Amino acid sequence: MSKRIDVNDLNVYYGNFLAVEGVNINIEPKSVTAFIGPSGCGKSTFLRTLNRMHEVLPGARVEGEVLLDGENLYGQGVDPVTVRSQIGMVFQRPNPFPTMSIRDNVLAGVKLNNKRMSKSDADALVEKSLTGANLWNEVKDRLDKPGSGLSGGQQQRLCIARAIAVKPEVILMDEPCSALDPISTLAIEDLIEELKNEYTVVIVTHNMQQAARVSDKTAFFNIAGTGKPGKLIEYNETGLIFSNPQEKATEDYVSGRFG
Amino acid sequence: MSNTLTEGGAKGRAGDKVFSGLTLFAGCLILVVLFAVAAFLILQAMPTFAADPAKITGGEGFWVYIWPIVIGTLIAAVIALLIATPVGIGVALFISHFAPRKMAQGLGYVVDLLAAIPSVVYGAWGIAVLAPALVPVYGWLAENAGWIPIFQGPASQTGKTMLTAGIVLSVMILPIITSLSREIFLQTPKLHEEAALAMGATRWEMIRMAVFPFARAGVISAVMLGLGRALGETMAVALVLSSGALIPSLIKSGNQTIAAEIALNFPEAFGLRLSELIAAGLILFVITLAVNMIARWIISRHKEFSGAN
Repeated sequence: MSKRIDVNDLNVYYGNFLAVEGVNINIEPKSVTAFIGPSGCGKSTFLRTLNRMHEVLPGARVEGEVLLDGENLYGQGVDPVTVRSQIGMVFQRPNPFPTMSIRDNVLAGVKLNNKRMSKSDADALVEKSLTGANLWNEVKDRLDKPGSGLSGGQQQRLCIARAIAVKPEVILMDEPCSALDPISTLAIEDLIEELKNEYTVVIVTHNMQQAARVSDKTAFFNIAGTGKPGKLIEYNETGLIFSNPQEKATEDYVSGRFG
Repeated sequence: MSNTLTEGGAKGRAGDKVFSGLTLFAGCLILVVLFAVAAFLILQAMPTFAADPAKITGGEGFWVYIWPIVIGTLIAAVIALLIATPVGIGVALFISHFAPRKMAQGLGYVVDLLAAIPSVVYGAWGIAVLAPALVPVYGWLAENAGWIPIFQGPASQTGKTMLTAGIVLSVMILPIITSLSREIFLQTPKLHEEAALAMGATRWEMIRMAVFPFARAGVISAVMLGLGRALGETMAVALVLSSGALIPSLIKSGNQTIAAEIALNFPEAFGLRLSELIAAGLILFVITLAVNMIARWIISRHKEFSGAN
């Protein structure tokens, strides 16, 4: 249920513009890895290459390898649709489907892969996923109401429920709390702690305290200047990144000297 | 010393008042025009409803006279919608989500050009090109599918039939449906499209999950606008259709629509006949109004799930 990710010499492009250069990183299964760095350093861009969502934008492409338990996501004949069904994603702003009920939102991904499902199986999966996202008790009486009627934090947890309903190998989170209030943020962070037991979690965050709170390992990305490609500067145990960084830039960033 | 708080506001408020006055005027103008048209139709149509049934065209009263052409109007509009809706939505989707950017732009212009062609030109094209071209098709249909009432033979030898008129109408309403649908499809939030894609949806699944639900209300409005035009379109039907009594077959001469009936007979009409035609116009007005209200109702029924909240 959880796989490791190894990235070898990955370059990420928007058209001819090199956005992220030469990333090498190994992400352990059943761990939380945080990507931190200043705005525009390419951490979100890099995250989106891990489930081939990057190439959705016109002209966007990558060079290099992303191995999911040894299998190259960018290998010949690999269907991005299959990749995305195994690597779930949670976005910056909560995006439940507004026309679907809470229940249908949870089942949306499952219905893609497996059209026929008995009602009792579906009910069980809805309950399990919503429980897994710490949302069940809040919504169990209104599963047929639209997902857009929930609060921002609840919507984000609904999106997480939707992502885990398909039993992915990896869950990517792109600043999942940046649109949420502190209480909802806390709920999501608690949830990330629990998700770690079953999934490989990769989270991009602007909030260094958040990275320190939730992650096992932290990767610091930086950019030399506007128009220059973003690079992975340092990747280590979270404790070491914040207490004893090896690079000057990392130290400057985590101690609040810039960014 | 003057009070800066009271002084500064007055100027801004004057502009506000002028603007709100203008918008109020514009809003009222619509109502006045609508009321004036309705009043004209009702007043002028009155004599028809009051008249001796024997004096009405056909000799059996207004309703016997009007219902075949009401049905004819609806048939023409339904044929047009049945053809134009799937094609229009398909073209719009192709432009918004499938075509390469450059091609999409070109195609968009071409579709908009279709809307710029005057309806009399469509009518002329219908008689000169489409109708003759369809004659063999109608012959084949009459021979092989003649047991279906709508394809009952013998087929028209000129091709000037209801089906031809419906096809011409569908080409005329295609640009309305296409360009409005395209605009709506393009407005689908990227957020929802990406949500679907990130779950492992294919392009088509993404369109069904994110684009169609979002665009639903807009597409219904687009189709209804197209229907409005199909119902009221005069020139093309008047030119293309060789009209007659109401018959089920769509490939024989016959049938008539309200708009064409009015256009063909109005120049020579006077007295009670004039009033009859205006009454027919009133009926068309009521039908169009009903269509629009039904569309509104369909849209509002799903308000809770529209994403507006």
